[in-house]
Amino acid sequence: MADKNVSMREALRSALMEEMERDESVFVMGEEVGAWQGTHRITAGFLEKFGEKRVRDTPISEMVIAGAAVGAAMAGLRPVAEIMTINFAFLSFDAIVNAAAKVHYMFNGQFKVPLVIRAASGWGNQATATHSHTPEPVFAHFPGLYVGCPSNAHDAKGMLKAAIRDDNPVLFTESIALYPKASPVPDEEYLIPIGKSDVKREGKDVTLVSYARGVEWSLDAAKQLASEGIEAEVVDLRWLRPLDLEPVFESFKRTNHCVVVEESLPHFSFGSEIAAQLQEAAFDYMDAPIKRVSAMDVPLPYAHDIELMALPNAQKVVNAVKEVLK
Amino acid sequence: MATNTIAPDKEKLLDWYHQIVLIRQFENACDDLYKQKRITGVYLHLYSGLEATGVGSVAALGKNDNVITAYRDHGIAIARGVDPKLVMAEMMGKRTGTSGGKGGSMHIAERDLNFWGGYAIVAGHLPLAAGIALKEKYVGSENVVLCLMGDGSTNNGYFHESLNLSAVWDLPVVWLIENNLVGMGTRVETSSGQPDLVKRAIAYGMEEGPRVDGQDVIAVHQAVSEAVEYARKHGPILMETLTYRYKGHGVSDKQYDVREGFKEELDEWHHKDPITILANYLKANFGDIQPELDQIQQEADKTVAEAIAFAESSPNPTYEDLISNVYV
Amino acid sequence: MAQEIKMPNLGSDMSEGTLISWSKKVGDQINEGDVLAEIDADKATVEVPSPVSGTIIDLIGEEGATLKVGAVIGHVGDAGEKVSGNGNGNGASAPAPVVQAPAQQQTQAAAPAPAPVPVEADGGNLPGGVKASPVARNLAAEKGIDLKLVQGTGPGGRIKKADVEGYTPAAAPSAPAETAAPAAAAITGKSYGDLPAPNPDIEIIDVVKMRSRIATRMIQSKQLIPHFYVTTEIDVEALLNLRKQINAGLDDAHKITVNDLVVKAAALTLRDFPNLNTHYYGDKLVRYKRINIGMAVPVNNGGLMNVVAKDADKVSIGTLAQTNKEMIARAREGKVKPDDISGSTFTVSNLGPYNVEHFMAIINPPEAGILAIATAQKVPVVKADGTLGVGNRMKVTISVDHRVSDGAEGAEYLQKLKALIENPMQLLL
Repeated sequence: MADKNVSMREALRSALMEEMERDESVFVMGEEVGAWQGTHRITAGFLEKFGEKRVRDTPISEMVIAGAAVGAAMAGLRPVAEIMTINFAFLSFDAIVNAAAKVHYMFNGQFKVPLVIRAASGWGNQATATHSHTPEPVFAHFPGLYVGCPSNAHDAKGMLKAAIRDDNPVLFTESIALYPKASPVPDEEYLIPIGKSDVKREGKDVTLVSYARGVEWSLDAAKQLASEGIEAEVVDLRWLRPLDLEPVFESFKRTNHCVVVEESLPHFSFGSEIAAQLQEAAFDYMDAPIKRVSAMDVPLPYAHDIELMALPNAQKVVNAVKEVLK
Repeated sequence: MATNTIAPDKEKLLDWYHQIVLIRQFENACDDLYKQKRITGVYLHLYSGLEATGVGSVAALGKNDNVITAYRDHGIAIARGVDPKLVMAEMMGKRTGTSGGKGGSMHIAERDLNFWGGYAIVAGHLPLAAGIALKEKYVGSENVVLCLMGDGSTNNGYFHESLNLSAVWDLPVVWLIENNLVGMGTRVETSSGQPDLVKRAIAYGMEEGPRVDGQDVIAVHQAVSEAVEYARKHGPILMETLTYRYKGHGVSDKQYDVREGFKEELDEWHHKDPITILANYLKANFGDIQPELDQIQQEADKTVAEAIAFAESSPNPTYEDLISNVYV
Repeated sequence: MAQEIKMPNLGSDMSEGTLISWSKKVGDQINEGDVLAEIDADKATVEVPSPVSGTIIDLIGEEGATLKVGAVIGHVGDAGEKVSGNGNGNGASAPAPVVQAPAQQQTQAAAPAPAPVPVEADGGNLPGGVKASPVARNLAAEKGIDLKLVQGTGPGGRIKKADVEGYTPAAAPSAPAETAAPAAAAITGKSYGDLPAPNPDIEIIDVVKMRSRIATRMIQSKQLIPHFYVTTEIDVEALLNLRKQINAGLDDAHKITVNDLVVKAAALTLRDFPNLNTHYYGDKLVRYKRINIGMAVPVNNGGLMNVVAKDADKVSIGTLAQTNKEMIARAREGKVKPDDISGSTFTVSNLGPYNVEHFMAIINPPEAGILAIATAQKVPVVKADGTLGVGNRMKVTISVDHRVSDGAEGAEYLQKLKALIENPMQLLL
């Protein structure tokens, strides 16, 4: 069957719907997932199709949304809890970090937590300081949790389905800016295994390492660089945990240059981690320091011009590449 | 609420007596072992004084019902039937412990007994209780969740969110506050605008359960049995037992027993000791029962001694244990 | 608290030196200024003085070991004191001065050029003394290329993979087929064919270490630095008269030389040309506020040493002369002090005593210029009144690094210098 061009929103919606159709123990819970049809329309039509038992509107209570989902998962259900945006997951932080990520280990394997927490992530359109976070790396800090961050519709569908079927807790974030972006998605079922990164573009001169929205900037930058004779390889990690860096090491050993592209903040970041692991694994292949393109180290302002100034974009990636290739 | 219950028979009462004495002896032993550095670590929260609440409430559950509690969990584990040997091994961080030595005293659980564990973040287990109850409701079972918590839990956001969610979703949970009058070192009346904690139920449109004498195992059992039946049929209920913590917040709490007024209060509560109350009841109702009680005491001592011997002779966890069960 | 003894500066081109001997041993008492060690700095023996009085607590490095400039080589403190752990002091140098065992020294001594100019800015703490990316290092090792011969094009002169890939050994003039790098070839002599077999008509002499260093350094300077030269002729009549007047009242030990006066003049003129009192480090220039004039002094075994007249623009001519005399004497004896040979910002090479008409000097990197002073000659001149007469004229040539400066600036410098020497009273101000 031919692939269809589908938005990431639609891809996520069909992934969730297919999994709920497949497995009775899968259900969704969260703010506005039912009657409202989902803040980001991922669950549009679900309440009508699956009913109140499996499409559960919650109060605005992020602590218990995450915590009750952990309890339900421990008890054998497969909850897909929606935190409306990742910004509110800070309220769920304890349940995610101290419960979801710990109970399997802390009780020595007596409990499993087959849980997915979905959250929309990212900045844009003057959402301001509290509503523009991309803290995926913060969550990826903790063993016991998986963190998935798709960069396009195709990956989003296969990754979410894999996350729902896995017996470990997964924090799954979806870039708001990518929801409307379409890419070819096969009709037939497919899964993208947890912890498998993907080379989105091949190139010999520099390795761009990114995930989620940063992949889009990286690919745009690669296009521009190609017109100037620089061939960038783009590795989409897709999962921040488990981190599959083999393709990055392999690529870096050929290109000897690396720029890490992240939507998130620079301190103690994804970029820091990649740079650290890369120098450990491939020090002898370095031809220049590893550079990071990140958001600026400030809270995000309201005014649009300076908001954009603080954020990464393809041009910043291009500049960084030229810097490392100097 | 229903009030027509049958008084427990002698056999059941002696069983409870055995459990209370066993927990008391177990905790006394833990206290000594900690002082001798045979139990290590910074945390050890003894259940001494609260035994009637634990034993009475857990006894009100069926075997398919669920129980979950906070970090003062040794007594609840033993009341639920977890082998004291395995509990003691966990205290000592041994491979044979309930959590393989990886959880420690605050994280005792036994999945096969539907004992979902102790949790060390104050009130952090409340949303888990709601989630476990959601599963029971989702699959259409009649099982309930007994969620024990200290009075200190009631002022944390988890309390509010979990109780509210259980109310809007009609989840089968008995929320049981073990009110021992002090959260760590802060008195209930200092920390709570409404120190009559059970009244919090009103705010959630939830059934307001009783506030019972937590030292009287029979009273606790009676009240929790009624609450469990209510939860099974209708949904969540909030109740409270009034009890007392003989020891400090944890073994590292050195200042507790030198506080002003503490001695008088402790003496007063020792007069309401769960063991004394139950022994008196047994003597009043079943005549010369002292030999049997002595026998129980000896059995408990023996069980504790065996638990210590088992734990101390158990192997330590290995590197493989360190890295196992991070993920499924 | 024990005081660290550090390996002293051994001159601008030296990042390490060989420990000849310790003059004291652990436990000995030492007074401030007493000699603690003697270092072979290629050109001479440098004595390392103790900065404080006290007991020697430890001495790091065996005799014959190569020690890095700036490395801690010992501690002086109170008797019985222990040296506190590594890195305890602020900015303490890592006590790891031994960069190579004595046994390896011979091969290393034969190794060719010093690091490319920009790299020396990094203070000699770079692995192998060069700034190169890890992959460039690996590739160079694989190909057997000496990174010191590769010009780095990366930031700060870093040698990159592409620099190594693109490196082709420049052909040595007479033997282009040789694969060895040119500087190495020049020094080892391999590019000139096999060494002749010993025979009664020839004497085969080992090239002393100092000679090797001068060779590599000068090759490097001539190959890498685009020199340009500007010459002028200066009327030194007034200068020589002034010198005569000054010296008339002085005993031999305090007489001043033409060299002292020329150095003074060169220094004073540099005040107006800070761009020439500059060191070149690739993408950065270091402009010195102090004017320290290096002076090439021929030494006994056929080499040269650069002794340095510190603040030559500021100190009085008498002091300058006195200091110069002492330093030059020490250099000729091969017993310079570390301070004698460090800190040069600009060099004057004076061949005046050798009756030369004119010469051009090679820049001492990373300096930007060098002044070549020839012998004053009696020549026929057209005097101001149009009549013919006898003049006393001296040719002076400045060599300048074209990366730093241009011809006009070199010419203006000479113009100013000429004016000063021809009106020399200002030298005494």
